[in-house]
Amino acid sequence: MENPQKKLACLLAVLAVSAPLGAQTSDKLMEGINEYREALADGNPSELVAAEGEELWKLKRGPKNATLEKCDLGLGPGVIKGASAQMPRFFKDTGKVQDLETRLMTCMETLQGIDPKEVVNARWLKGEKEKMAALVAYIVTESNGHKVKVDLNNPAMKKMYDMGKLAFYYRTGPMDFSCATCHGDQGKRIRMQELPDLRTHEGAIAGWGSWPAYRVSNGQFWTMQHRLNDCYRQQRTAEPIYGSDVTIALSVYLAGKANGGKVVTPGIKR
Amino acid sequence: MATKPMRIRAAAKDGVTEVKALIAHEMETGQRKDANGAVIPAWFITELSVSHNGKVVLASEFGTAVSKNPYLAFKFKGGATGDKVAVSWKDNKGESRTDEVAIG
Repeated sequence: MENPQKKLACLLAVLAVSAPLGAQTSDKLMEGINEYREALADGNPSELVAAEGEELWKLKRGPKNATLEKCDLGLGPGVIKGASAQMPRFFKDTGKVQDLETRLMTCMETLQGIDPKEVVNARWLKGEKEKMAALVAYIVTESNGHKVKVDLNNPAMKKMYDMGKLAFYYRTGPMDFSCATCHGDQGKRIRMQELPDLRTHEGAIAGWGSWPAYRVSNGQFWTMQHRLNDCYRQQRTAEPIYGSDVTIALSVYLAGKANGGKVVTPGIKR
Repeated sequence: MATKPMRIRAAAKDGVTEVKALIAHEMETGQRKDANGAVIPAWFITELSVSHNGKVVLASEFGTAVSKNPYLAFKFKGGATGDKVAVSWKDNKGESRTDEVAIG
């Protein structure tokens, strides 16, 4: 006969294993994952992409054979430090609210003479979009540790914020999903990836503040435009045009929610 | 294709030097297919070595199990501020690259 005490111990062990959704177990799993993430962050390959971007920033390119060094990202021509933490913002010269990528397209057009269509029509991580990603990596690295600061008192920004809120809750596609379906609740996750609750400040800074990011599993650096586009793809709905108003409106909404939080760009994802 | 520079950091503390290297390489396994269904040829680092003032302190063989843009961190005994640490790799296409950094 087996020892009854041993049997009970076995039973308890089985119970402990078969309750993976128990708070303690999942906390422990999360701890392990966080450790893994910290180990990854030590050698963030975004550095390699950013190094390419820095070269591109200073490289004479396009029909006008000019560099981007005079590009005004909102803090004055050529000022990069902290610039992306304060974007999207309203630009007087274009009369539009622009995010980092659309602003860079403006600079490429006015300074270098590169047609924005070349960026818009390129495939992700190919051609001009690959160059865009490198530039973005360089610029957001210079905002690491800065605080999100977008001006929602500006009427154009406020309008974009409201539009972004509408877009966030707008249900569409064959699955009738909105952004809020996945990002509108506390403590949700997909597999072992937590889904930040983007309605709250904490959630918004966790999401907005850690993108653009390098994704280890596929070895790709993704910009915010790429990230947002993929959200729509996963919604199984029409993918927005690169740099279109809806993407900027969503960015303003997220940045507005994240206002005051610390940016840790470029992020690193599993 | 031209190789891209590595990012290397080396710091000496209490007679031990910690080296951290981020290596830019595709590390293609040869198992993947592109959008047209054609196999993407294998392209990966086969050998990597690190030397301190010309003396090898780490020699390793890499393979397809190593990720794209690999990160390598290790410690060795010795090394002082200003010494040279050089990382070099060779890949299966016969390309190679060496980058050097002074211990800080």
